[in-house]
Amino acid sequence: MTIDVFVYFAALAFMLVLSVVKERRDLKIIWLFLLVGSILLLIFDKAYVVFTMITAAKVLAASMGAAFLFRLTLRHFVPADFVKEVVTLPLTAAFGLLVILITALTGIFAPWIAPFGEAEIVTSSFAPADQIHLMGSDQLGRDMFSRIVYGARNSVGLAFAATCLAFFVGASAGLMAAVKGGWFDQIAGRLADVIMSVPSLIFALLILSIFGTSIFVIILVAAAIYSPRVFRLARAVGRNTVVMEFIEAARLRGEGDWYLIRREILPNTTAPLIAELGLVFCYVFLLIAGLSFLGLGLQPPTADWGSMVRENAALISFGDVTPLIPASAIALLTISINFVVDWMLHRTSGLKE
Amino acid sequence: MSIENKTEFILEMRGLCVDGYSNEGWMPILKGIDLTLRRGEILGLIGESGAGKSTLGAAAMGYVRDGTRFASGSVNFDGIELTIASEAKKNTLRGARIAYVAQSAAASFNPAHKLIDQHCEAPLQHRLRTKTAAQKDAIQLYEQLRLPNPKEIGFRYPHQVSGGQLQRAMTAMAMSCRPDLLIFDEPTTALDVTTQIDVLSAIRDIVRVYNTAAIYITHDLAVVAQMADRIKVLLRGKEIEEAPTRNMLLSPQEEYTKSLWAVRSFKSPSKPAPKEDEKPLVSLHNIHASYNKNDKIVDDVSFEIFKGMTVAVVGESGSGKSTIARVMTGLLPPDQGNVRRMDKRLPLHYKSRSREQLRQIQMIYQMADTALNPKIPVCEIIGRPAEFYSGLQGAELKGRVEELLELIELDPAEYYNRRPSELSGGQKQRIGIARALAADPEIIICDEITSALDQLVAEGILRLLDSLQRELNMTYMFITHDLATVRAIADFIVVMKDGKVIEKGTKEEVLSPPHHSYTELLLSSVPEMDPDWLSDLLKQRG
Amino acid sequence: MGDITFLILKRLGFGLMTLLIVSIIIFFAVELLPGDIAETVLGQAATAETVEAFRNKIGLNRPAFVRYFEWLSGAVTGDFGVSLVTDNPVGTAIAERLSNTLFLATYAAVIAVPVAIFLGILVALLRNTIFDRLTNIATLASISSPEFFVAYILIIYLSVKTGLFPPIANLSGNMSFPELLNRTFLPALTLVLVTTAHMMRMTRAAIINLLAEPYIEMARMKGVSRWKVIVRHTLPNAWAPIITVVALNMAYLITGVVLVEVVFVYPGIGQLLVDAVSKRDFPIVQACCLIFAATFILLNLAADVGAILSNPRLRNPK
Repeated sequence: MTIDVFVYFAALAFMLVLSVVKERRDLKIIWLFLLVGSILLLIFDKAYVVFTMITAAKVLAASMGAAFLFRLTLRHFVPADFVKEVVTLPLTAAFGLLVILITALTGIFAPWIAPFGEAEIVTSSFAPADQIHLMGSDQLGRDMFSRIVYGARNSVGLAFAATCLAFFVGASAGLMAAVKGGWFDQIAGRLADVIMSVPSLIFALLILSIFGTSIFVIILVAAAIYSPRVFRLARAVGRNTVVMEFIEAARLRGEGDWYLIRREILPNTTAPLIAELGLVFCYVFLLIAGLSFLGLGLQPPTADWGSMVRENAALISFGDVTPLIPASAIALLTISINFVVDWMLHRTSGLKE
Repeated sequence: MSIENKTEFILEMRGLCVDGYSNEGWMPILKGIDLTLRRGEILGLIGESGAGKSTLGAAAMGYVRDGTRFASGSVNFDGIELTIASEAKKNTLRGARIAYVAQSAAASFNPAHKLIDQHCEAPLQHRLRTKTAAQKDAIQLYEQLRLPNPKEIGFRYPHQVSGGQLQRAMTAMAMSCRPDLLIFDEPTTALDVTTQIDVLSAIRDIVRVYNTAAIYITHDLAVVAQMADRIKVLLRGKEIEEAPTRNMLLSPQEEYTKSLWAVRSFKSPSKPAPKEDEKPLVSLHNIHASYNKNDKIVDDVSFEIFKGMTVAVVGESGSGKSTIARVMTGLLPPDQGNVRRMDKRLPLHYKSRSREQLRQIQMIYQMADTALNPKIPVCEIIGRPAEFYSGLQGAELKGRVEELLELIELDPAEYYNRRPSELSGGQKQRIGIARALAADPEIIICDEITSALDQLVAEGILRLLDSLQRELNMTYMFITHDLATVRAIADFIVVMKDGKVIEKGTKEEVLSPPHHSYTELLLSSVPEMDPDWLSDLLKQRG
Repeated sequence: MGDITFLILKRLGFGLMTLLIVSIIIFFAVELLPGDIAETVLGQAATAETVEAFRNKIGLNRPAFVRYFEWLSGAVTGDFGVSLVTDNPVGTAIAERLSNTLFLATYAAVIAVPVAIFLGILVALLRNTIFDRLTNIATLASISSPEFFVAYILIIYLSVKTGLFPPIANLSGNMSFPELLNRTFLPALTLVLVTTAHMMRMTRAAIINLLAEPYIEMARMKGVSRWKVIVRHTLPNAWAPIITVVALNMAYLITGVVLVEVVFVYPGIGQLLVDAVSKRDFPIVQACCLIFAATFILLNLAADVGAILSNPRLRNPK
């Protein structure tokens, strides 16, 4: 631990000197603040805060390093047109892409990666982490790591299916409303307003209390709740394009609605729609995780990150971080997606700021 | 003036370079500008878009916009070096001793505050006047700038005041601290010609009354001729030449300047009049149109367009001229009246027209940027109408597209696969023309197609349209506010005001006296390249 | 003022319509139950007689729309019928819980709104500096984390490891106000963290959007300082989006509070709803849903009206 503390202060001091040399005033303030703050904490006998900061610094450094290496590697695997994009990729977005990639691979190859089955009871309840059980075991003695791996398949797969459905319904209705206008636009718009005027979690709870919790119902409910959101965005970006004169020119040529959507509007709306896909996935994923956490999502013994938090929640009052593992898996994925979406939105909005 | 004459020049720039940030990194916008301005002198800055005029105007205040920076050179305002002065130092000068008048008054006033509060902001900020004194002074300035109702107009919000009045209110605001230097950045460009006169004369008088030095930035030679003592011509960030106004107008030295001066010379030779019994190709009969039933945009408009002719519909903003185009194409079905082709009624709504009827009427738009889909390559933009109407495929289609590109004088080998973002403004407009031609139409409606372009480029477009007309016996309907364009290309003229036709006839009938009084007002309001024009006109009008 | 009153009345009418439609959805969704409430509640084992008796007891034999109007008119006066599980009136069960939830939401809002708007302005002023980027990352992380993640982290650090605040927010009748604030601090802080991030981002975006306006450049050309440019020239025009996002987050505080209440075992209406859902106590589910939806709609309505009122063009018509 002493070595860690030494490295920590040395790194802070080095960064401070570097920012002074490079004349970056804003960075200088930050490093100075951290350095003085840490010293003061040590003096006032709050060393545990410093240790927490060191752990956080380690995690941050490791993530940044991973993101950096990923960016370096990625440029060799993309077509020539995208090399510039990859090189200018912010580290946050690179980190996000890396996490998404890992989650996807884990989900797809779950049975090969997980050492144990998802419902298999292999040891005693709440066993601590060791060589065999990398993250310990849960309340029934199932291997936590294996359940996290299977959770990537179950939770993410479920959310993905619901997102695709929401997206397909919302985007096609939204673009159609933008092009057609008139009664279709009015009715679809009012319907979206009504659905969106009920808070999402409440709406889900109401429906689930009636139809019970099956995978099918969960997918339908999540899609029904979030397709109005996609509808509104697709309609708005579609409208922005529809008022352009090239659409007027195409209409005056006598082109049909389907041609307008396919050839004239879609190419101009892909960027915001893909960003929206990411956001909606996050919302759906968080909604389903919330439902699972309340015990109304995927039913046991299926491994699911939200339910896993609930099942192990009792440990939190003993200061055990086990319930935080599935919770942080959820947070990590949604944060990662948001990093990527943020970068995409920033890129398409141009150098506005 | 409060300050002693420490220096001979109120503003002096030496070798000024400003860079702008783009995809390729920092690129120069201004490349070594020298500029001097004496107290009370007015310098006209003239140049086309991209010349860096506006950047130069801002630099005179020591201001660089986001994404630009001073690279080298100096800007010296009355002994103060602005390129290195601190932001706080510059803030004490801005508004107080150097003031700015922007192009769009409607956008440059904050919609959340009353005019007079925005007016008083600078004097209060710089502690030059108390609030009551500043308000009293504002009212006096409003009076001097001939604003109607000067005592009350200041207590309105910007959206409650018309464009021409806002522009004068902004000039008053710039004068609020009686600055030594005023920067006018295209102050009348967004205004109609008849309004422009009022604003120009008001600005000129106030600057003379207070003996304020000014930089007047514009792309319009005739306007700058009225305002400036000296004229400086810029091209792509460099000075081309500078001379006193009269010398510059009489004997420009450089080729580029001469070409700018020569622009107005193009005139399409007149065509033989249509025969007595010839049926008009397209005719409008008693058209009444509106966007909502309450306010009528077009009120009982009728006119004919004959084959091979160019009809120009002229009017100021709000005259309903663009609505005519929407009625003809069927985008806005009229409330009453009808559109006929060869004396046969066309369906009113475009959706009820046959593909053949749609093909016959094509349109070219003002803003080429929004008229071409940015995601589609040129070959498809032009190719689609050819494919859609005549079913051309494969090699035939490609041949047709190349033929069209040659018609609009763009090299097919180079432009076939480009996207609109890789084209200049003039080239985009040419692609717009090619798209209209690809349908093989009978008539092309041109809606303000040259007003977003620089004069030289606009001239090229007009020449191209004229030669195409001769080659293909094409018919045009030009919708424009610009009388120079009308003079250049029209055979028939329809003058519109407030949705009504004021006057119509051949070019000779309408443009030579006696005029209808509104036509007279419109014609006489177009600035001429004579420094005395404005004074003479004002004298004449009394 | 004709324009603006008309706009507001139109918006009010629309809000009322939405509320009516939502109430219809909430009521009739339960009618979609496979079988009916009686069968569902009593289960497979019940005899036909007991089911029939139960139907009679809760008045299920009358037509649905009659029961809807009874329910709705009852709801307006606070009478939501009787719980299927406990036979107690739903209204009294909800009343106390609702006031607890409102307390928690107010507690969080009082902290979150001023902090978020102030920080949002500050970050807009410091845009494109390292502070701005770090804040961007932090707020992004905060809004994309699930509430229970934030809540558990707070419990671990502020309660289990340091013992600063109690980890569980159960209330008792005779608590003093400071004690109450201390007891409910962690759930409130969780809500503050999640909502502040969102409101901050939107405030920053609303202000930065406006900085490209020519009137902002004009203000700077008049020698107005950066801080004054933001406060005097940007903020008055940015109120509409800021009000909207504040209202949205207020609505979230009252409805999204469900998860936080469960984590901290807080006796609020969200907890009640979750219990009722798992017990299939439909009158309570319906009542909670209606209350949540009504709050949500009312706050959105307030936001729209606020946005209309803050628009100088609408407030001062030609």
